[in-house]
Amino acid sequence: MTAMAAEVSRPDARGRFGAFGGRYVPEVLVPALDELETAWRELRTDPGFVGELDAVLRDVVGRPTPLSYAPRLSERLGYRIWLKREDLAHTGAHKINNTVGQVLLARRLGKHRIIAETGAGQHGVATATACAMFGLPCAVYMGEEDTVRQAVNVDRMHLLGAEVVPVKTGQRTLKDAINEAMRDWAANVRDTHYVLGSVVGPHPFPWIVRDLQRVIGDEARAQYAERVGGLPDAVVACVGGGSNSIGMFTAFVDAGVRLIGVEAGGTGRGAEHCATLSKGTPGVLHGGRTYLLQDEHGQVLPTHSVSAGLDYPAVGPEHAWLKETGRAEYTSATDEQAVRGFMALSREEGILPALEPAHAIGWLLERPLPKGSSVAVCLSGRGDKDLDTVRTWLAERGEP
Amino acid sequence: MTAPLREALPALRAGGGKAFVPYVTAGLAGVDAALLRGLEAAGADAIEVGIPFSDPVMDGPVIQEASRRALEAGATPARALALVREAGLGIPVAVMTYLNPVLAYGERRFLDDATAAGVSGAIVPDLPVDEAGGWVERCRGAGVAAVFLAAPNSSPTRLVAVASASEGFVYCVSTYGVTGAREDLAASARSVVDAVRPLTDTPLLVGVGVSTPEQAREACAFADGVVVGTAIVEPLLRGRPDETLERARAFRAATG
Ligand SMILES: Cc1ncc(COP(=O)(O)O)c(C=O)c1O
Repeated sequence: MTAMAAEVSRPDARGRFGAFGGRYVPEVLVPALDELETAWRELRTDPGFVGELDAVLRDVVGRPTPLSYAPRLSERLGYRIWLKREDLAHTGAHKINNTVGQVLLARRLGKHRIIAETGAGQHGVATATACAMFGLPCAVYMGEEDTVRQAVNVDRMHLLGAEVVPVKTGQRTLKDAINEAMRDWAANVRDTHYVLGSVVGPHPFPWIVRDLQRVIGDEARAQYAERVGGLPDAVVACVGGGSNSIGMFTAFVDAGVRLIGVEAGGTGRGAEHCATLSKGTPGVLHGGRTYLLQDEHGQVLPTHSVSAGLDYPAVGPEHAWLKETGRAEYTSATDEQAVRGFMALSREEGILPALEPAHAIGWLLERPLPKGSSVAVCLSGRGDKDLDTVRTWLAERGEP
Repeated sequence: MTAPLREALPALRAGGGKAFVPYVTAGLAGVDAALLRGLEAAGADAIEVGIPFSDPVMDGPVIQEASRRALEAGATPARALALVREAGLGIPVAVMTYLNPVLAYGERRFLDDATAAGVSGAIVPDLPVDEAGGWVERCRGAGVAAVFLAAPNSSPTRLVAVASASEGFVYCVSTYGVTGAREDLAASARSVVDAVRPLTDTPLLVGVGVSTPEQAREACAFADGVVVGTAIVEPLLRGRPDETLERARAFRAATG
């Protein structure tokens, strides 16, 4: 976290990463975004704030998280695979890095109520946790479809004292939950802070969430240097909205390391995917200009992924920019590859990963990198929430 | 020839009249040329024709549902413009849509085709004035009035920008939140109008949450008119365009 003070010059003063980003929201939200931007500009390097956040990250979240070597998988694939263990962070995913930071920020702004959206439920749980810690009421918008496939996390949020609001519009997944959270925010913006869960949305959210998640890569780079020396050949992370991947990439952007984002390839058939950067086109959704899955009329398309956390038709504007400049590469893994990744990590390393980072593992199983490569993979979360999904998947295919 | 939005509403204001501007979602069953002509006959001073978007974050449940049904029925920007052309109204038409459909169509081409169809105003609620430099210029070039929103919490500097960029009218958002019915006209409606009034001669219309003729009457005591969406669209969701027109007449009577 202390490394956060080291400046990354993006976004520019207007919230742009090249041609991407910006602030395309109804007028009523602009003053709140202005207020957030001003506060963040100051707090991100304010020793008092940074110290407070560092203490919470260390004493509650459990940072630094380990960088674990994956010996059996490495041997089988002919790589040296290192796992950045965000699954071991409190609440079981990287999302908590962002939520404790934003809830501390909300307190500084004097906001008395917190709202959030969630897909897989990990961000909702992490927000509910931060709110419980600081005694703030919390409402989490969640697509109805996701409340079913990630039911465990709905229970966790309830037990943590949050209200879970099922969203019944659109496809009833993450995109629709963000729409509903933005509507709530517009109505209650005077006393409410919206803890957006990824590096998406209007400026300054992609910037704030990037700053709060870069701790992942900062730690990983230092841990790698200490354990192995030098830098890995490649850094790999799954991309939904793009927060764990940006968190992982940021520390390596200026180094000669391949940055590889793995999107959800869905069934592999037609439009049943959410590989936004691989297959989308630029447009504006949820307040930012970025890549989108849309039809010729600019209507946002339905998406599909076995993992709720990647099931989103847009992506953070900084990723759009990293793609456009060629600094990062984006690829995808199908539902099936993700489940294979899940099984491989479970059986060969004793780690049940969330289905989101299982896409990154599943992609690696195809041996897409030169033999002998050293790879740091962001293992963004643990798989408890996905056991039903995986069990059903295997049963439907008659696999043990 | 129909007076364009940027002349019609200022002229109405200059004559002491109050504007009643109903909103309907293009592509929704019941929204046809006959309905638009019916709204004109009911006394509308201009009509806002909504081009539906899949993710309408500024809209409440009624207009969300209208948008969803319209898209399901195959609504496109081109069809919305064709509807405006077919209606051939004697009052100005403004389109209201979100930024992404406009970008997908191409801003310049969209404005050209809109003008050709008889559209003379455009409202894009997710394009705030500070992101709209190029858009304002292109609208002026095409002869389309760009309308911007003023909110209860907009800073004085922003209000200056909104007031000076807006043509036709300034859309004064009466309250926090999205479109939809409200029990009372928010006190903030008046404070938004009072804050913008000294900044421009452009008419100030109150919208978002004007749900009853009574609220419209109240708003017209301090504003130059009202935009009414949810109350006009809601009967259409029940297949009752006749009720929409009846409501339009009631709003007209209340705004004077
Ligand atoms: C464990 C985990 N990884 C990844 C994601 C995807 O989000 P992002 O791309 O912002 O990291 C989620 C989202 O819910 C998640 O729970």
